[in-house]
Amino acid sequence: MLMQRKTFAEMGFPGRLIAVEGLDGSGKSTQIYLLKRWLELQGLKVYFSEWNSSELVKAATSKGKKRELLTPTTFSLIHATDFADRYERHLVPLVRAGYIVLCDRYIFTAFARDVVRGCPPEWVRGIYNFAALPDLTFFFKADLEVSLQRILEGRPQLKYFEAGMDLRLASDSYESFRIFQGRMLEQYLAMSTEFRFLVIDANQVVEQQQAVVRELVANKIQLENFRRAEQPTPKSPPTSSKRTVTAVPRPENVLK
Amino acid sequence: MKRAGQNHIVVPSRTDRRFYGHGIPKVEVQRLAGRLIVVEGADGSGRSTQIAMLVEWLEGSGHATVQVGLKRSTLVSEELERAQQGNILSRTTLSLFYATDFADQLENIILPALKAGFVVLADRYIYTLMARDMVRGMDESWLKNLYGIAIEPDAVFYLNVEPEELVQRSFAKNASLDYWESGMDLGLSRDMFDCFMKYQTNMENMFRKLQVTYGFTIVDGMRSVEDINAELRKKISAVLAGKVTSPSN
Repeated sequence: MLMQRKTFAEMGFPGRLIAVEGLDGSGKSTQIYLLKRWLELQGLKVYFSEWNSSELVKAATSKGKKRELLTPTTFSLIHATDFADRYERHLVPLVRAGYIVLCDRYIFTAFARDVVRGCPPEWVRGIYNFAALPDLTFFFKADLEVSLQRILEGRPQLKYFEAGMDLRLASDSYESFRIFQGRMLEQYLAMSTEFRFLVIDANQVVEQQQAVVRELVANKIQLENFRRAEQPTPKSPPTSSKRTVTAVPRPENVLK
Repeated sequence: MKRAGQNHIVVPSRTDRRFYGHGIPKVEVQRLAGRLIVVEGADGSGRSTQIAMLVEWLEGSGHATVQVGLKRSTLVSEELERAQQGNILSRTTLSLFYATDFADQLENIILPALKAGFVVLADRYIYTLMARDMVRGMDESWLKNLYGIAIEPDAVFYLNVEPEELVQRSFAKNASLDYWESGMDLGLSRDMFDCFMKYQTNMENMFRKLQVTYGFTIVDGMRSVEDINAELRKKISAVLAGKVTSPSN
């Protein structure tokens, strides 16, 4: 099967797409939020899109999760549906219109997660082969224990699928979550070279990571080309409430 | 051999089973003892009438039955219906949404029923989904990979009815043509009647193309309901007796 191997730039589109990937608790959402603020404050055309956020598909996904109706196959397909909706209606049109599109998770999340759930890798990759590759993919690599600690510190109610409870890895949700995250990490690391992940050491403090991210973005993307004319911005969907960022350093404090 | 009479119930023999592609993780196909019978055809081709008659006959012959069909899953049927009403989904999204609906029924109804030895009657299957997407220009190999989750049926009947007749039946029933069954989203014509004719002709051609790959039985749907049903019963009897009707390659 023909795999879509081209990035958005290689497809000749004027915009660029930057994705962040990493385990839950790797700090990737904080980092992409700070990147977004930095780009916006420079007056650039930026759009942010989050995994599993398509309005149309959301109702079905949340019903499936709440009622534990999902199998590995339907879990995979419903997330692919969500991605396709965002991809065709938002990501591609905005890249074509010359935006810098920021994605909190991209197809690699599906590649890792669905395979850990037992779906055949070629099947999953085949489904997503309509999607172009990101121009930049940051992988926030934290030690497993660090990300587990970040998530588990507050002793949160781990959700059924989030903890991988459907895989029956362990009867205890925390133990299940640990095993699940460990397997996810293996999958990510195995993809890292193939998809040219820019690996960021997520054990570092927020500001150090952000400085590296901004430098890489500035080096690899001609940011001047994305300056916005004096026009209103299309509204990005709101960042979900669980991803609250406290004490965000002001961009000028982080830069150099 | 004795015909299936009132006191003689045919016990279906085991047949080889396979998924079209990667299948569903952790499913042992050889344990799926039941039978999967698919009836395909356009709206107005008589699918539901035929299936209703087949259920009567099968149950009368001592076989437990289960019915499935498109857009009937617990998981996404309502959401899919709503999205389709608004016609806001792009084609890959709609395709994957239908695949989700199919997979949910496959895993929660079809496979468990087959395992329990039921005769599963499917009012349409992956072929309609593939044909619809292919007339909309989607990649066949992408679809084949996607629907590699599907189990190969024991028999697939395509009720073939000419578009001219489908139009008549649609008007007789609803006095209107359905937006999607007319392929209006394709913009083949601004005129709905023309659009319907073109779309149904394209679909028929696509089914003939898929027939080569999937080897389903094309049934002349222009005959009387009883004649068609007699043909279906005869072929299904053979399937229950363990004879393979659909050549698969």
